[in-house]
Amino acid sequence: MAKLEINGNAVNVDAEPDTPLLYVLRDDLKMNGAKFGCGLGQCGACTVLVDGKAAFSCVVPVSVLEGRKITTIEGLGTIEKPGPVQRAFIEEQAAQCGYCTAGLVMRTEALLKATRQPSEAQIRDGLSPNLCRCGTYNRVIKAVQRAAQYMRTASAEAGSDKT
Amino acid sequence: MRTIIGIIVAVAALAGLGGVFVSRPSIAPIERPQASTFPAEAVKAGASLAAVGNCITCHTKDSGAPFAGGRAIETPFGRIYATNITPDPVTGIGRWSEPAFGRAMREGVARDGRHLYPAFPYDHMAKTSDADIKSVYAFLMTRTATPAPTPANELGFPYSSRSLVAFWKLLYHDRSPFKPQAAQSAEWNRGAYLVEGLAHCGSCHTPRNAMGAEDPSKPYAGADVQGWTAPALGATSDAAVPWTADRLYDYLRKGRSPQHGVAAGPMAPVVRNLAGVSDADIKAIATYVASIAGAPSAMRQAQATQAIARAKGEGAPSRNAPSGPGAAIYAGACAQCHGEAGRAPLDPALNLALSTSVRAGSPNNLVRVILSGIQQADNAPGPHMPGFATVLDDKQTADLVAYVRASFTDRPAFAGVDGAARRAR
Amino acid sequence: MTKKTNASKTPGALSRRSLLAGGGALVVGFSMADAFAQAPSAPGAAPAAPPLPGALRGAPMIDSWIRIDAAGKVTVFTGKVEIGQGIKTALIQVAAEQLSVPVSSITLVTADTARTPGEGYTAGSQSMQDSGTAIMHASAQAREILIKVAAEKLGADVASLKAEGGSVVAPDGRKLGYGELVAGDVLKVRAEPGATSKLVRHADYKVMGTSMPRVDIPAKVTGGAAFIQDFRPDGMLHARVVRPPSYGAKLESVDTASIEKLPGVRSVIRDGNFLAVVTAREFQAVKAMEKLAAAAKWSERETMPEQASFYSWLKQQDKRAITIRDDKGPAGQPVKTLEAEYHRPYHMHGSIGPACGVAQFKDGEMTVWACSQGMFPLRAAIAELVKLPPPKVRCIHLEGPGCYGHNGADDAAADAAYIAFKLPGAPVRVQWMRHDEHLWEPYGAGMAMRVKASLDSEGMLTGWDYDVFTDAHSTRPGGAGSTLVGQAIENAFKLPPPQPIPQLNGSGDRNIIPPYKVANLKLVHNFQPHMKLRVSALRGLGAYSNVFAIESFMDELAAAAGADPVAFRLKHLTDPRAIDVVKLTADKFGWKAGAVTGAGVGRGQGIAYSRYKSTAGYCAVAVEVDVDRETGRVRLIRAVSAADSGTVVNPDGIKNQIEGGIIQAASWTLHEAVQFDRTRVLSRDWSRYPILRANETFESVEIHVIDRPGTPFLGTGESSQGPAGAAIANAVFNATGKRMRALPYTPARVKEAIGV
Ligand code: FES
Ligand code: FES
Repeated sequence: MAKLEINGNAVNVDAEPDTPLLYVLRDDLKMNGAKFGCGLGQCGACTVLVDGKAAFSCVVPVSVLEGRKITTIEGLGTIEKPGPVQRAFIEEQAAQCGYCTAGLVMRTEALLKATRQPSEAQIRDGLSPNLCRCGTYNRVIKAVQRAAQYMRTASAEAGSDKT
Repeated sequence: MRTIIGIIVAVAALAGLGGVFVSRPSIAPIERPQASTFPAEAVKAGASLAAVGNCITCHTKDSGAPFAGGRAIETPFGRIYATNITPDPVTGIGRWSEPAFGRAMREGVARDGRHLYPAFPYDHMAKTSDADIKSVYAFLMTRTATPAPTPANELGFPYSSRSLVAFWKLLYHDRSPFKPQAAQSAEWNRGAYLVEGLAHCGSCHTPRNAMGAEDPSKPYAGADVQGWTAPALGATSDAAVPWTADRLYDYLRKGRSPQHGVAAGPMAPVVRNLAGVSDADIKAIATYVASIAGAPSAMRQAQATQAIARAKGEGAPSRNAPSGPGAAIYAGACAQCHGEAGRAPLDPALNLALSTSVRAGSPNNLVRVILSGIQQADNAPGPHMPGFATVLDDKQTADLVAYVRASFTDRPAFAGVDGAARRAR
Repeated sequence: MTKKTNASKTPGALSRRSLLAGGGALVVGFSMADAFAQAPSAPGAAPAAPPLPGALRGAPMIDSWIRIDAAGKVTVFTGKVEIGQGIKTALIQVAAEQLSVPVSSITLVTADTARTPGEGYTAGSQSMQDSGTAIMHASAQAREILIKVAAEKLGADVASLKAEGGSVVAPDGRKLGYGELVAGDVLKVRAEPGATSKLVRHADYKVMGTSMPRVDIPAKVTGGAAFIQDFRPDGMLHARVVRPPSYGAKLESVDTASIEKLPGVRSVIRDGNFLAVVTAREFQAVKAMEKLAAAAKWSERETMPEQASFYSWLKQQDKRAITIRDDKGPAGQPVKTLEAEYHRPYHMHGSIGPACGVAQFKDGEMTVWACSQGMFPLRAAIAELVKLPPPKVRCIHLEGPGCYGHNGADDAAADAAYIAFKLPGAPVRVQWMRHDEHLWEPYGAGMAMRVKASLDSEGMLTGWDYDVFTDAHSTRPGGAGSTLVGQAIENAFKLPPPQPIPQLNGSGDRNIIPPYKVANLKLVHNFQPHMKLRVSALRGLGAYSNVFAIESFMDELAAAAGADPVAFRLKHLTDPRAIDVVKLTADKFGWKAGAVTGAGVGRGQGIAYSRYKSTAGYCAVAVEVDVDRETGRVRLIRAVSAADSGTVVNPDGIKNQIEGGIIQAASWTLHEAVQFDRTRVLSRDWSRYPILRANETFESVEIHVIDRPGTPFLGTGESSQGPAGAAIANAVFNATGKRMRALPYTPARVKEAIGV
């Protein structure tokens, strides 16, 4: 039995401790966001956040996740109310088949959490653990820039609310 | 340590007073020679020698122009910036004559007479023949000139005083040229010439004393470098299976030896640069390095047989995992590539029963690889491993390391894994 | 309007001006119908009556394409599938425009053998030509039919009514929703393009021709169920297949008993060389698969040529030499002759998600959910495999990860169907592992291209002699024998000998025809179906490498003629649309004519052009690179491209495809080559087959779309890859002065070319 906190919800999953998080998300919890791409930590299709940092869920056994905060793309927003990064990807039409996209969205989320105003070089390096075969990288880079903008505006507004 | 610093300060003060060590004569600048004045053969030979010397690695900063310097070299004494060795006349070595360049290589003195810090391994470069220095000069002088001023070194007193370097040289710098050993083969001698000279393998693999000089009493006994451990190459090697010249050749050519490990950390660029070096020279290097450890003892041989059996999942101690938190981490995070009995049927990643890092005296390299993974430069094909720094905390890293050590070796548990993990982050 | 007028038109003759100058809407509609009717996807046929346009030919009934329910909800059916090219969105746009309904009221059903028309494979950049054209006409005709019904109901004159937002509206404001008009079988009529299908005029487009956001993206970025991998019918079991370690390996022995005892294992299947395990939960399947793989003992043999000498081996194989062109004509006196040979290694599709298929065999009927390109051919293969009559097999498309051609998707579907057949009842999901996909997908074949050409004293081409040596580029449809499971089982099916695909599509000879004016032209396709490595259709088939060779060689010729590469091409182009894309590309790129070639280091510019399949989309790409002299690393600086895909439906969709094609081609060009030894393929995962990463992509990519309203859809999905690869090659030449004729351009190889 693994006790996990996913997108702010406590969940108990009947899974062997060595089960990689990806299989728990997809198979036990029927969540779609994290994708199986290689199972080897090479492609990033399975990227989620663990305590706000990007992780390859295909090589993270659930046994190490007790007490950690897991965020998946389902936790960033909904189709009706997408979060800033999701919105930016939609607006830049930064997908073709879209299979890699959720992982890239999560990679972006982690990047912008760590660096509010990343340079283009930081974005390119930050995204590079994740592969896209369809050739969307340049649109994704634009989406990251747009998302950074949204996040800054959002926090500026939140800031001005306080004053 | 304190006394040593005391001595240094005293000597430095003395040196400053006397001025004798402060600098050497300047060698007159020349007009930057045209690239076309260098014979193509020399340039080509120089390219291979410079590759053996791994020059580009220290003299190029991340995403900087090749050879234009600026890379920070962390030393126990402070931060030293590698210089611009492109033929730029102002910021590089464009106005250095060949004798000036030769003096720098042999004596560690810049064209203008300043002493160079021994982060530049002139203690090894001095072994290089005149002809080879000429070739390296030809190679460097025909690179693309890149204007790039070298940042000032960040060294505290007394190390900021270059006269101290002169004193250091008096103590430690052996300027004698390479002497071949008649009893050895030509190949061995060629290897020795390169390894002791340009390749400066001892710079990393030989431990240093408090003054930062290689300890001549412990050649190739292994040392800590840039947070990594350069493994011992001599008889004290931790390798599960003794290195042979063939295995070393394979490793230096491909960056990977199935019986030992993958060239990672500071060794990765060394291997990458060797791509431009002839098979013959790599064989020579391998022959010499293999000879450092000498023929393996019967005990070493027996150990190797055991380790190979363990790698195949046969023999004792059994690879049946001790249970505990590390076992689940291994199964969920590592087994996909490294295999437990049955996993990864085709060409798996390194078999950990044969990994030098898993068997080493210090957990340093193992921890580093676990946390930062292995990525090939320029996205070239080759071993790849994700880093686990974001998901494994220090305790979990220690659990995993303990499990790996226990199940893949017959060695006692590591000490100091927590500390290694903290330092590696 | 008569058929005579129709027949006298030539395709593509319709310019924007003639459209605007044309008479009433009817004229325009008819003329457009004409242009579309002659779309190049329909070669060969010369019936008395003009053939129906696009895919209407195979499915001429309007209600095969369009159905409307009593509530006015519109369902559009296509036999094509979404493979990341954005076809769903474009087809919805076409239907919405022509039906005059809001985009949101349309549901699009993609290929399903029980519901949609059969349209073969979604391949060759033909979805818009085939399905787009059919849906456009069917929608327009449906709209006119509904207006006619409304006219009767309202007692109004047809001409006074108009369709608007899903209703028919009378001048007096009376309004009937489509739902109220569809009673009975009003849409069960044959398509009559030009008679009743009045296409909306380009000038009146509201939805077509504008960039509509892709309909599938929101779900894909919010965790919606978007892919076959997300499909989890109740009671689904998980299966993994243990494939042989190498081609031709035989399963000597396997102890399945210990595997059967593992947690969750429902079944271990062994049939000949086919080995699979079925479990209740997914990770159980992974673990059991690994144990099963360890338990299996295979005998392997050397079946492949030496990689190091692959190209000379390739040229020595028995071949069928097919002469594609042998033109002789008057030309100037040759003063210079150049000869060169170019090489391309085996490439992978390398979809980011390995293949997946789900199947259920219940009550004697097989249902298969698959992400491959052709549901109808897949049905035939599976019916043969499990020996069911085709009507008992239903194949439903669900979106998969980008497919780029014939990858493992059909095989995974066949795996699932075969396992489901042995375990009737529950749905069975087969998810391939990364190494399954890397080792077993059919690759794009390795190729050698040899070319010789001459120039006269004016620097004009006088002759062009070109040979391509290559394997098969399509092993479809092939039936059960083309699936891995079909080949592996005890009573194996045989893969029928593959055939070259005739021009103009071509296979290994796709795009073999240089788009330039040259009087003496000899083109030979040396087809060698040895198939030592598993091969089939990969995006563009031979086009990428033929264009790489032709456009590299054009650069070599330009250099020999002392001409600028752009000027040299323009001098030899005759098609005005080709000239337009080349000029626009050069212009937007800021092409510097006569920029120094071979400074030996640093920046370089390169350009290349092709018209995909010689009949489809026009595309030119210009690229700037920076070559590091010391390491040979090629940094991608800029790409600028102009594309003409005929009538534009979704400009951003076209841009996205062109851009994606350029970036994927950059990956092919700089990195990719399948590694193998005599026995095994060694590229078992991304570490042995790296592809371009985000930090290596261009600093900027800029696409310019030329709209040609009223001309046929030309397709876009594959048109940029050839020119992109060649433009990079030419830019590297421009930067270094060294011509590299073998792909890929890895730093080590570039460094070797540059020298010290
Ligand atoms: S699926 Fe996890 S990195 Fe590829
Ligand atoms: S959009 Fe298809 S893999 Fe990235």
